Amino acid sequence: MNANGSAPVLSLKGVSKSFGPVQALSDVDFEVHSGEVVALVGDNGAGKSTLVKTIAGIHTPDGGTISFEGEDVHITSPSDAVALGIATVYQDLALCDNLDVVENLFLGREELAGGPPVLAPLDEVGMEKQTGELLENLAVTITDVRAEVGTMSGGQRQQVAIARSLLGEPKLVMLDEPTAALGVRQTAQVLALVKRLRERGFGVVVISHNLADVFEVADRIYVLRLGQEAGDFMAGDVSQDQVVGAITGASGNGGGQR
Amino acid sequence: MSTADATADEDVEVRSPQMDVLRRFIAGDLAELRVVLALAVIWIVFYIQEPRFMSSVNLSNLVLQMTAVGLVSIGVVHVLLLGEIDLSVGAVSGLAAAIMAVLNVKHDWSPYLAIAAAVAAGAAIGLFQGTVFTRFLVPSFVVTLAGLLAWPGFQLKVLGETGTVNLNDPKITGLTSTFYSDTVGWIMALVVIGLYALLALRARQSRVSQELSAPPLGVIVLRIVVVAVSVLIGVWVLNDDRGVPLALLILVGFCLLFFYVTTRTTFGRHIFAVGGNAEAARRAGIHVDRIRVIVFVVASTMAAIGGIMAASRLLAVNQSSGAGDFLLLAIAGPVIAGTSLFGGRGSVWHALLGALVITSISNGMDLLALESSIKFIVTGAVLLLAVVIDAIGRRQRQAAGRV
Repeated sequence: MNANGSAPVLSLKGVSKSFGPVQALSDVDFEVHSGEVVALVGDNGAGKSTLVKTIAGIHTPDGGTISFEGEDVHITSPSDAVALGIATVYQDLALCDNLDVVENLFLGREELAGGPPVLAPLDEVGMEKQTGELLENLAVTITDVRAEVGTMSGGQRQQVAIARSLLGEPKLVMLDEPTAALGVRQTAQVLALVKRLRERGFGVVVISHNLADVFEVADRIYVLRLGQEAGDFMAGDVSQDQVVGAITGASGNGGGQR
Repeated sequence: MSTADATADEDVEVRSPQMDVLRRFIAGDLAELRVVLALAVIWIVFYIQEPRFMSSVNLSNLVLQMTAVGLVSIGVVHVLLLGEIDLSVGAVSGLAAAIMAVLNVKHDWSPYLAIAAAVAAGAAIGLFQGTVFTRFLVPSFVVTLAGLLAWPGFQLKVLGETGTVNLNDPKITGLTSTFYSDTVGWIMALVVIGLYALLALRARQSRVSQELSAPPLGVIVLRIVVVAVSVLIGVWVLNDDRGVPLALLILVGFCLLFFYVTTRTTFGRHIFAVGGNAEAARRAGIHVDRIRVIVFVVASTMAAIGGIMAASRLLAVNQSSGAGDFLLLAIAGPVIAGTSLFGGRGSVWHALLGALVITSISNGMDLLALESSIKFIVTGAVLLLAVVIDAIGRRQRQAAGRV
């Protein structure tokens, strides 16, 4: 059962991960399809971050299989994940506040204008043009792409971080708490961007504590509880109470409606 | 989404242009303007006390006095951009000068080889200090403090028993005693202005052709006029005395080189990134430690070059070369001119501007024949003021949600 009947872009089967005596993930099955927004919810310590970090290559799983675009893969480092086409935006965004939008977007993948092989000049004009096109494409409104990121609002910074993750042409984008600490309007902007990512055919995973946000954007809601799957719901078929029940364990719901 | 949201977001930022300029002035975004104004005040005060201060002879001397410290400051700016500090630059400058002097005078090396060896020694020291800093995670403050203590010891060893080596090779002394004729000075001025105008107009043209926002042509022309007038007045003053000194060309040349490196190349971009947020830089795939080591090599290399220029001007190298307040002036200059001690903010031109301010103060106080006690106190007070302004600017940026 899935959003659009296609094969999943990412599929985890029986993935486990423990840190010493702590079983952070046990026997987790998890799927994401292209053009689908999956909300990953759960209480603190439920294993959401561990799951995302396992997919992003920061943790290697103890057991289980991960397949990406139908192929079994071994993700052993963050660069493996990026090379496959998995982009992750962490909560701290990892932006340099003293650099402008263009500089942040192209940080670590600067484009050169040609010239001497040593100390070749940067192609500032080209990078700025691409930045403008990308932001316009995503309908992100930033008046001045040459303004320092540090001067911008939390919502704008989040959108810059998401836009940056798309430069590597990923298939799957994972967002860790993208709306945490944002105001109402800024949250709406970021959620609108998440919806546009879906329209553009990306698989999107969103970690969130805010169920209102989750119901606003998600096609599917995947609940983790104590490192185990506690529910996998189509967002249209479930009430907020049922999801809360699965998060807290009050409903005794073991498998959702897969 | 678009229009309503955009205006609402801008509500926070909208201020009157005058307020905006004032705010940026305080927050340090317009640090250069602040420093130029301060410099004007300093010059006027000294001029009122002692009109000879503004004579072409004295201004010409001022340029020669600032070259050594300005060159060292260029390297210091790089280190400050990382948010680190290099306390060894004074000691390295002394040691490099000693190596050059001994090789040239006592071992009869050609001046070129002696200078090259001294510069290479500086680079090697930077490589060593940078490696210890990154490999063993020792704070740069401590690594270079150790250097500050140890390199003068090597300097004494190199100089040997006599302690002082007099320089007489015309190639070495000529570094600070060569002046170009009036005609050559004017030609250089025109070439500089022409190149600046060409580059500024071409940069604007390439933005316009790609349909990116570009400053109005009037602003560009105004900038070109400001640069042209400054350069022409400078050359006119210098020509009134002995002419444009080679030393100034060396200083400005290194400023241009490293301005290009820090603002127009990938390496320079990565220096700012590491200084702004090292973790973000690391996650963007930047080899943070490699950047740090190279920056320490740049700092020590520029220290060596500054030491060579200082020796050339003094016509000798002795045990106190590079000692005293040389180190602190080299660090104070860029900070006074607006390079942040907290990393990620600054410009290579602050080395030049800072050296000009610091040297003006010490030159003016020398002219007034003030006691060295007063000189130390005043210089210290100026540095303290600059650091306080830097810290206030940082606090303001944090208050405005910027780090």
